[in-house]
Amino acid sequence: MDQRPDADHDFSLWEKRVDALMIIGSAKGYFTVDGLRRVLEDMGEDAFETMTYYERWIMSVNQNMIEGGAYTTSELAEKMAEITARGDTYGDACGRS
Amino acid sequence: MTDRVRVKPMMPPGHIRTPIYLRGKIGVIERSLGVFPNPEDLAYGHDAKAFPLHRVRFRMGDIWGSNAENPDDTLDAEIYEHWLEPADAP
Repeated sequence: MDQRPDADHDFSLWEKRVDALMIIGSAKGYFTVDGLRRVLEDMGEDAFETMTYYERWIMSVNQNMIEGGAYTTSELAEKMAEITARGDTYGDACGRS
Repeated sequence: MTDRVRVKPMMPPGHIRTPIYLRGKIGVIERSLGVFPNPEDLAYGHDAKAFPLHRVRFRMGDIWGSNAENPDDTLDAEIYEHWLEPADAP
């Protein structure tokens, strides 16, 4: 599996959003690059075989946002349920491949 | 800080940027880079004290022993001062 996107990779909308979330979270002081690296490196070797680059990123950004107090785990759960309830077509409209 | 240094052979858990393959190895300070906040604290969202950071040069032969293909090639790594001790320390 590829380790990180190459120049030809066509980024999907969710990947761009993960990138934006990382920039915003960092700019607002919820975490530093060191916090992101900590979670990424604590995932273990398997994560680098089974998850894509931005899947690992969003896991690390989310962990750091919760630790930094941006939102709580239960707020995240409620939001995920709310978005799931919108149905599959929502993802299609957002460019999910 | 003396020029010849040994990377401390400590193995604590946690987020540490000192490469494991260099722990216990001896190198020479190539240059000192100034002080930077300690990533070991930043990684957990704590205020971080700034420590001196040094660029340390190692011989491949000193890192990999007889497995080194080109023992006189060198490798530079940037290592915080609290991970270094004088090479002649017991």
